[in-house]
Amino acid sequence: MAKTLTRADLTEAVYNAIGLSRNESATLVESVLDEVADTLVSGDNVKISSFGSFLLREKSGRIGRNPKTGEEVPIEPRRVLVFRPSQVMKDRINDA
Amino acid sequence: MIKSELINRIAEANPKLFHRDVEKIVSTIFDEISAALARGDRVELRGFGAFSVKSRPARLGRNPRTGEQVEVSAKRVPYFKTGKELRDRLNDKS
Repeated sequence: MAKTLTRADLTEAVYNAIGLSRNESATLVESVLDEVADTLVSGDNVKISSFGSFLLREKSGRIGRNPKTGEEVPIEPRRVLVFRPSQVMKDRINDA
Repeated sequence: MIKSELINRIAEANPKLFHRDVEKIVSTIFDEISAALARGDRVELRGFGAFSVKSRPARLGRNPRTGEQVEVSAKRVPYFKTGKELRDRLNDKS
């Protein structure tokens, strides 16, 4: 059965890897996620070797449609984030 | 930003930690996510995003150079969905 991991599990892994308290481990997990997020918000891509890349894409505006009512709604130009897994991660997930 | 730059920034913000410990912390976080996905588990990081694994069925592909048909076997691919808070922040909505 597939489980869902959260920050708590990442904190536990950091806690087991280093001689820090659980509190400090939790703060560091948060700092790493914040640093990645802030970098992306600033417009810079993030590449983590053997994990993958978080890449920003500019989407132009277009006319969308509410599928329920058929009503046309404008979709503004926006910036989206895509994750491209590294070959190492893809191989790991397929037990290669 | 690449991994070594991420490590340097975390190290600068935490001057009392050894650099090698910061390296270990950053690697542990990403390794833990990879390991979860390899087991078929999901990783949900509220505000940031969620990593999951999607199954792709086997299909008949084509070698674009020769036009030859090739069987592509079923595989699992990692997928990331950006969290709402980060999605909004990318578009100055918060």
